[in-house]
Amino acid sequence: MSEIEITDVAMRFRSRHGEVTALERISLTVPDGQFACIVGPSGCGKSTLLMVAAGLITPTEGEVLVNGKPNFEPGADRGMVFQSYSLYPWLSVRRNIEFGPEIKKVPAADRRKTSDELIHLMKLDGFADAYPKVLSGGMKQRAAIARALAGDPEVLLMDEPFGALDAQTRQIMQELLTDIWQRYRKTVLFVTHDIEEAIFLGDVIYVMTSRPGRIRTTLAVDIPRPRTFDTLTGPRFAELRNQVVGVIHEESLKAVESELARA
Amino acid sequence: MSRVPAARVAPAPSAVTPLRRRGFIRTYLTPKQAIPGRARLILAIGSFVFVIGVWWVLAVLVQNPLFVPSPYQVVLTWWDMMVNLGFYNDVGWSTFRIVAGFLLAAAAAVPLGLLMGSFEAVRSFFNPPINAIRYMPASAFIPLLILLQGLGEDEKITIIWIGVFFQLVLMVMDIAHRVPDEMLNVAYTLGASRWTVFYKVFLPATFPEVVDALRITMGWAWTYLIVAELVAAEHGIGSFILIAERYLRADRIIAAIITIGILGLITDTLFAIAHRLAFPYVEKVRA
Repeated sequence: MSEIEITDVAMRFRSRHGEVTALERISLTVPDGQFACIVGPSGCGKSTLLMVAAGLITPTEGEVLVNGKPNFEPGADRGMVFQSYSLYPWLSVRRNIEFGPEIKKVPAADRRKTSDELIHLMKLDGFADAYPKVLSGGMKQRAAIARALAGDPEVLLMDEPFGALDAQTRQIMQELLTDIWQRYRKTVLFVTHDIEEAIFLGDVIYVMTSRPGRIRTTLAVDIPRPRTFDTLTGPRFAELRNQVVGVIHEESLKAVESELARA
Repeated sequence: MSRVPAARVAPAPSAVTPLRRRGFIRTYLTPKQAIPGRARLILAIGSFVFVIGVWWVLAVLVQNPLFVPSPYQVVLTWWDMMVNLGFYNDVGWSTFRIVAGFLLAAAAAVPLGLLMGSFEAVRSFFNPPINAIRYMPASAFIPLLILLQGLGEDEKITIIWIGVFFQLVLMVMDIAHRVPDEMLNVAYTLGASRWTVFYKVFLPATFPEVVDALRITMGWAWTYLIVAELVAAEHGIGSFILIAERYLRADRIIAAIITIGILGLITDTLFAIAHRLAFPYVEKVRA
């Protein structure tokens, strides 16, 4: 069982113009093996929420529980994938992937087995000994996901991992990620601003609003798995998309109005 | 929290040479356009030929070898300096001082710079005085150091140390400061401790640029050394130049200056080769 629970998390910063509330009383639970997506406009604090979940920043209020235990420090139980890949340029693809196991002092033979498997699954065959500089953006992100999986985390946290990729590559990566998830059934918390991406990947979608960031709606995605390219053209997909678009549009309008009211 | 630009920009278009021939204006007068490799080579050689040619014409026009010796004359003088005046001795002394002063400066500046770049407390403590001293020219310390240390080797080495250390430490600090947060954060979420993150991620992330910084500051070390030797020294290229001036030997001065240039070129090339061998993974940005 690996579950992550965020309870009453609030995040406030002091700035020159007084206190700014980035996140306001956010609670959500991602049960074992669930793929949860957080969608929201830019600046709504969704990345901040993920950093809090990872233990990389400490929330002003509330706590993060992994398998029921509060956890304020980052660790191998919550693996993270960033938009900027953040591969280590001085390590080969294989050594990048083996970075986590190496820290945990996993024997070399076992490490090798893990990296061999992930290199194959992530379609990086033939690039094991290459440096990241020769990889394309999509390959870099596949290697970064492989590295996070090699650490065998309880929960996988992904911060707009495909945000820097072009639309075609992004679609391929989403399909690859559902396949991988189908196989490992990791608990995933995935942040994106792309509504279709969230519907395609997620079991559940949390729609966030900005200023202060809070969860406005929770939506269950009842599209059966395994999901493929055809999922995107199905009627249920369109319905869900319209629903989310409607909510976000309403929120965006509200944000504009409140800005106008303040002016 | 600083965010890294997500996608590093691909190499500039100038890295590839178009195979299709195009007109002269489109090839040579369009900003940032690549030119054929052979043209690049011809221009590079041509610049040397041009400089030496201008010098030669000047020498012929002035007709006074005392002030403007011809390039050929300087080559002869250089050979004479090496064979009859023991100039290689001076070159040896200067090189020794450079290497000693530079190594001592780097040995202090690199670790301190890395610490200042990673720990705000260390930075807050050291940054103000170093920043202030950086603006004091190293050469202004020469009289003081002669007073304190005399005219020996330690005085020269200290000058180089002052000239290099304060610049280098701030450059290294900046390099360390620029290591992307994400790189460190990923390591934490893979279970790395603070210490592991420091030596397995932070340090290797800074190495290539630190070597670049060493390469740049090495050039400055030569300036400070020559100034120190010009003021007071028994041996060294600088003192050789000073003596040549007393005997009105412009040809020797020019030969000595060119020697420094060549030594600089050699160290620079060595640094470049070492960089390529040690960091094959660095993405090349064409100059």
